[in-house]
Amino acid sequence: MTKHTLSVLVENKPGILARVAGLFARRGFNIDSLAVGETEHPEVSRMTIVVNAEESPLEQVTKQLNKLVHVLKIVELDPTVAVQRELLLVKVRADRPVRSQVLETVNLFRARVVDVAPDTLTIEATGTADKLDALLRDLEPYGIKEMVQSGMVAIGRGSRSITTGPALRAA
Amino acid sequence: MTRPTPETLAHRAPSPAMLAAAANAANPATPPAPAKVSGAVSLVKSLEALGVDVMFGIPGGAILPAYDPIYDSAVRHILVRHEQGAGHAATGYAQATGKVGVCIATSGPGATNLVTPIADAYMDSVPIVAITGQVARPAIGTDAFQEADIQGITLPITKHNYLVTTAEEIPRVLAEAFHLASTGRPGPVLVDIPKDVLQAQTTFSWPPTLELPGYRPTLHPHGKQIREAARLMTSARRPVLYVGGGVLKAQATESLRKLAELTGIPVVTTLMARGAFPDSHPQHLGMPGMHGSVSAVYALQKADLLVALGARFDDRVTGKLDSFAPDAAIVHADIDPAEIGKNRTADVPIVGDARHVIDELIQAVSAERAAGRAGDRSDWWAQLDDLRKRYPLGWEDPTDGTLAPQYVIKRLGEIAGPDAIYVAGVGQHQMWASQFISYEKPHTWLNSGGAGTMGYAVPAAMGAKIGKPDTTVWAIDGDGCFQMTNQELATCALEGIPVKVAIINNGNLGMVRQWQTLFYGERYSNTDLGTHKHRIPDFVKLAEALGCIGLRCESADDVDKTIKAAMEINDAPVVIDFVVGKDAMVWPMVAAGTSNDEIMFARDMRPSFDEDDL
Repeated sequence: MTKHTLSVLVENKPGILARVAGLFARRGFNIDSLAVGETEHPEVSRMTIVVNAEESPLEQVTKQLNKLVHVLKIVELDPTVAVQRELLLVKVRADRPVRSQVLETVNLFRARVVDVAPDTLTIEATGTADKLDALLRDLEPYGIKEMVQSGMVAIGRGSRSITTGPALRAA
Repeated sequence: MTRPTPETLAHRAPSPAMLAAAANAANPATPPAPAKVSGAVSLVKSLEALGVDVMFGIPGGAILPAYDPIYDSAVRHILVRHEQGAGHAATGYAQATGKVGVCIATSGPGATNLVTPIADAYMDSVPIVAITGQVARPAIGTDAFQEADIQGITLPITKHNYLVTTAEEIPRVLAEAFHLASTGRPGPVLVDIPKDVLQAQTTFSWPPTLELPGYRPTLHPHGKQIREAARLMTSARRPVLYVGGGVLKAQATESLRKLAELTGIPVVTTLMARGAFPDSHPQHLGMPGMHGSVSAVYALQKADLLVALGARFDDRVTGKLDSFAPDAAIVHADIDPAEIGKNRTADVPIVGDARHVIDELIQAVSAERAAGRAGDRSDWWAQLDDLRKRYPLGWEDPTDGTLAPQYVIKRLGEIAGPDAIYVAGVGQHQMWASQFISYEKPHTWLNSGGAGTMGYAVPAAMGAKIGKPDTTVWAIDGDGCFQMTNQELATCALEGIPVKVAIINNGNLGMVRQWQTLFYGERYSNTDLGTHKHRIPDFVKLAEALGCIGLRCESADDVDKTIKAAMEINDAPVVIDFVVGKDAMVWPMVAAGTSNDEIMFARDMRPSFDEDDL
């Protein structure tokens, strides 16, 4: 099975998340990651859905998704020509003796410290899943007290936009 | 040939867009000032504006505000006895007329009683709109009295559904609901309206503007795909037209006949498509599938080309999918892109309305033929004709002297004729009714195909009779099915809906019993209903108690005269209790999960296919 990233443009209507998530569950798919937010058109939301699936069941679920009345457009993003990002917030044990080492790791990964306590640092990092995994591996020895991760968001490279087109103008 | 416009095909029922255009034409300049009304009045005015002539329902607390304007409305309201009856009646009405069927219920249990007919309509792509009352907005989510999240419950079984949150949106939501239900691949749409929204003051103006930017069904097929399909259809040696219910929904039966006759290709019609092609037509091989004719099943298995038109490769047709039509190239045309490639990969996928698809195929095939390509089918027809002769549909009369159910159904079809509408429940009687009645005209056979809903027949027949009051409507029901929804006969008696019901009473849940006979060592666990042994209920007395005429027939000699007696009665519903043998079985049969190649012509009898011929 391979990971697929779907960008789903939907009308910003109540219940749309339940419709989309329910459809995946009904057809036997596990969603690896899901992120929802507004687009440059306030009446249009964009979902970035990552699923692990074979090609042909994925095609079936995409077609079923397209049948939802509030779904405007679905684009599968090719990871080689898309920018993919996740956000990580992690609280790491970092008392005096190791604090400078932790900060060095933070700098190495171009992450940021967003909160400081006497014995912990809270770090914010964005990047691909691989980069965030690597950061977590490096931080793990110091002791991770708590972490939270967003779903992935992704956008295609180049000047083309998927949020233009007749369907979206009408929305 | 006059070509249908997209509008005529897209809007088979009076669609909001058409009504909007008509309204605009009538009032070109100044629209009248919108009238101040309650949400409930806005709802009823919307239904009137949408051309609804009848709805089926039961009032209750949350929907009560709507029933006040219904009292004065020109829209006829049929007070049913159970909400399930309202839902199936709307379905029967829609299937018989092609228009949108409407049912209405209150919140909570009223709404959940609609779940089965909504699921049924979803599986068979029937255009119905279900309107439900909901508890008032401030009470939503508090487990209030008679509260159920019907929008959430019906999410997977509706084409779309709405929870109306302001009275202003009622006309638009209703117009959208009717548009969604009746266009593209038809299906049920539910509109849930909180009580305080029905009571709120609003303004009513018509027509509303639809806001459906994400809904754009594809009606016109791709020219390249049509040409490729035509090329295959004129070069294949063993082609079959595999016709599904989509052809009926698209009103494409005349076009289908032209295409079949132009190409000379054999036709099979699925359970949902019986009547889409005349049974008497020499090119018709009958129904494929689990209880299909030997020739239809064989034709699919040995075909080198299947042209699927508005069909969905359902498991009851394909049998074990891996071994279905192993040598066939597949042309699959459907209005729903998600059906194409869902079960069987299509070599030529065609997305479009069946009527457009067939009309364009006729042109493309004509062009191929003009270029001298037609395909020689004489060997193919010789094989199929031989099979038809050797394995016709039939039955053996019971040796215990009981009445053969097949005989009853065959005679019913012959006496009532091809203009009557036949509505079946689910089980053995349904299969016999699809096999032994000759369907010559579209929309004369209604049944619950995809969902297999026992109890469908009586309420659906009621809906069909309302939609087609001048047509004889026969419900053919089992004694098991009949006991699920017969209360609607009281509705029929009181509302003047003279349906006719033939109960094929074998005293058992017959189809389940047949499986117990074949696959469970004749261990008849919980299939004897006692209707024979104890005559409980006595269907004649029950019919009379429900305000109907009750008749009984127990011998072959009485079959004709009992049916004729029922045909004479047109001022009341009639119920005939046909007491038939319990051991009759439905043949041919492809056992569930086995290959179509394993079709049994009768118990322990496999047809012999002369493999050398192929």
